[in-house]
Amino acid sequence: MGRNASMQELDLKALGVTAINQKLYHVPKDSNERHWVIRNPMGQHAIACGVDAPLMIDVMGHVGFYCGGMNKEAEITIHGHAGVGVAENMMSGVVWVKGNASESAGATGNGGLLVIEGDASSRCGISMKGTDIVVGGSVGHMSAFMAQRGNLVVCGDAGEALGDSIYEARLYVRGRADNLGSDCIEKEMRSEHLEDLAKLLERAKLKHKPEGFRRYGSARKLYNFNVDHADAY
Amino acid sequence: MDANVPRTPPRKSATFDDHTLAEIRRAATTGIYDIRGAGTKRKLPHFDDLLFLGASISRYPLEGYREKCGTDVVLGTRFAKKPIELKIPITIAGMSFGSLSAQAKEALGRGATMAGTSTTTGDGGMTPEERGQSKYLVYQYLPSRYGMNPDDLRKADAIEVVVGQGAKPGGGGMLLGQKISDRVAAMRCLPKGIDQRSACRHPDWTGPDDLEIKIHELREITSWEKPIYVKVGGTRPYYDVALAVKAGADVVVLDGMQGGTAATQEVFIEHVGLPILACIRPAVKALQDLGMHRKVQLIVSGGIRSGADVAKALALGADAVAIGTAALVALGDNDPHLEEEYRALGTTAGAYDDWHEGRDPAGITTQDPVLAARLDPVKAGRRLSNYLKVMTLEAQTVARACGKSHLHNLEPEDLCALTVEAAAMAQVPIAGTSWIPGRGGY
Repeated sequence: MGRNASMQELDLKALGVTAINQKLYHVPKDSNERHWVIRNPMGQHAIACGVDAPLMIDVMGHVGFYCGGMNKEAEITIHGHAGVGVAENMMSGVVWVKGNASESAGATGNGGLLVIEGDASSRCGISMKGTDIVVGGSVGHMSAFMAQRGNLVVCGDAGEALGDSIYEARLYVRGRADNLGSDCIEKEMRSEHLEDLAKLLERAKLKHKPEGFRRYGSARKLYNFNVDHADAY
Repeated sequence: MDANVPRTPPRKSATFDDHTLAEIRRAATTGIYDIRGAGTKRKLPHFDDLLFLGASISRYPLEGYREKCGTDVVLGTRFAKKPIELKIPITIAGMSFGSLSAQAKEALGRGATMAGTSTTTGDGGMTPEERGQSKYLVYQYLPSRYGMNPDDLRKADAIEVVVGQGAKPGGGGMLLGQKISDRVAAMRCLPKGIDQRSACRHPDWTGPDDLEIKIHELREITSWEKPIYVKVGGTRPYYDVALAVKAGADVVVLDGMQGGTAATQEVFIEHVGLPILACIRPAVKALQDLGMHRKVQLIVSGGIRSGADVAKALALGADAVAIGTAALVALGDNDPHLEEEYRALGTTAGAYDDWHEGRDPAGITTQDPVLAARLDPVKAGRRLSNYLKVMTLEAQTVARACGKSHLHNLEPEDLCALTVEAAAMAQVPIAGTSWIPGRGGY
């Protein structure tokens, strides 16, 4: 899919969010209209959420809540900052934020790749279920809270309580992450982790060396209730 | 001691009664709070404390078997392109696959469909068995988002954003390791056998302003077709209902503390929330104040057992009710014919509430394939359908006796209360008087 293949332009100011989303939902499978550019997003909410097709979508500006939410297959690039819940519950595809992202970026995502070139606010990757998230900058507090599966890569620092109540997700932090949440611990960075991390960094077009990151994950002490761990709750 | 001196007989404390003492000993021995399923077991002001007045000279009744009494209800008329049209105003509340067996979920779908009503998923995603057997399936959208995906969202007939539930308002879900089977674990993306504790708040929105945006996203993804419900536990019903309406709900589901749960702490079940009787009038008032009564439909739940309860809930202003515990009983939960097996579990039929342990001999609240296979979804679905139809007939009987040609024509004026508490909560007069506690400064 080429970025210049039959590019279609949509003006959100003229059409509104619903009309644009409906357009994206109903692109015929055999159509060569695979590249869509959304102009004047004006921070509106729910832009390009629920897309279920291998489309290339460029959003030319800042977006509000839930841009790319529940995305399947589409490659969505946000040429600006993203509001709360960008790419929430993504199933597959790519959501790429050129700027910063607000709270709960990539929340509950099942698959696909979310790249945030700038910083992400609190609760980045909360309850993630298999998605991969790469943040070029830092993430805020409570990131990867109850993260179940997938990878969160943070090239900057991580805020307070990273990975609180984490399950099986893997967290990689290049900067400081000295305040870990309940049941989150630093873990050995083995060769398979270095390989996985290198692939993620490459996909995110970041030049950092995997060896410069630390890995965090679950101590698995809260998986089954034990009264002697009650002070961790 | 002189045998002739009268002795004070042994006297047990009302404060430290047998149940309390046993709980202290259990806590001291195990080091963990008591966890159980079902709803509150304490006695509460309830629909039993209300009576219908019926008709005589000042009101005339409808013929029992000859004059029609409508029971249909349409849910989601505010914004949804495709509202749900149900034959009866009794729906099946959300109960998860995970807490219930696949057979039980299928039976709920079958029973609801035969009776012309809807059933609801739960905190575990949508199963093919349930979708396949349910003409109308409401898909719950919960903080955990277990199993959430846009395909199932679009397959649903309505979406229920769960903010809370009556058994544990302010609490998250709980499913202990015994019930996290391979299939349940896969659907929830969790390791098998862990104690799963869902979050109590949604991960990507906080407060009513955010909820409005979340609802907008769900409408976009489903092309504005599906009714969107917002479910709240009974806590501050006036404000919660008003805020749900403000956020754009098509339907508000209000669950009182008698509402059941798959598992949570006993202290939560028994000590947090309001009985449903105390919730309905403030909720209806909120809708009326906003000019939204009957435009945003109100579904109430928590301890609904009979057609009388249905009729009373509707008379107080609800559009429909939801049942959970009663539906499980109709399927076969706590049936006396399993008494021997309940005794082996240290309990008795009618009291079994260790639903979290997954050893339900009725095959309902379990993931054990041998136990689950005991429940025949076809027969159990038929039982549920029968029960729903009986409840509907009972509600119609009462409504006709009050002279109403539709269940929705029932009104508070048709009711009186037997206790001061019930009168105050339901805002209907004490029987034989015109006194409504709290009205007129008294």
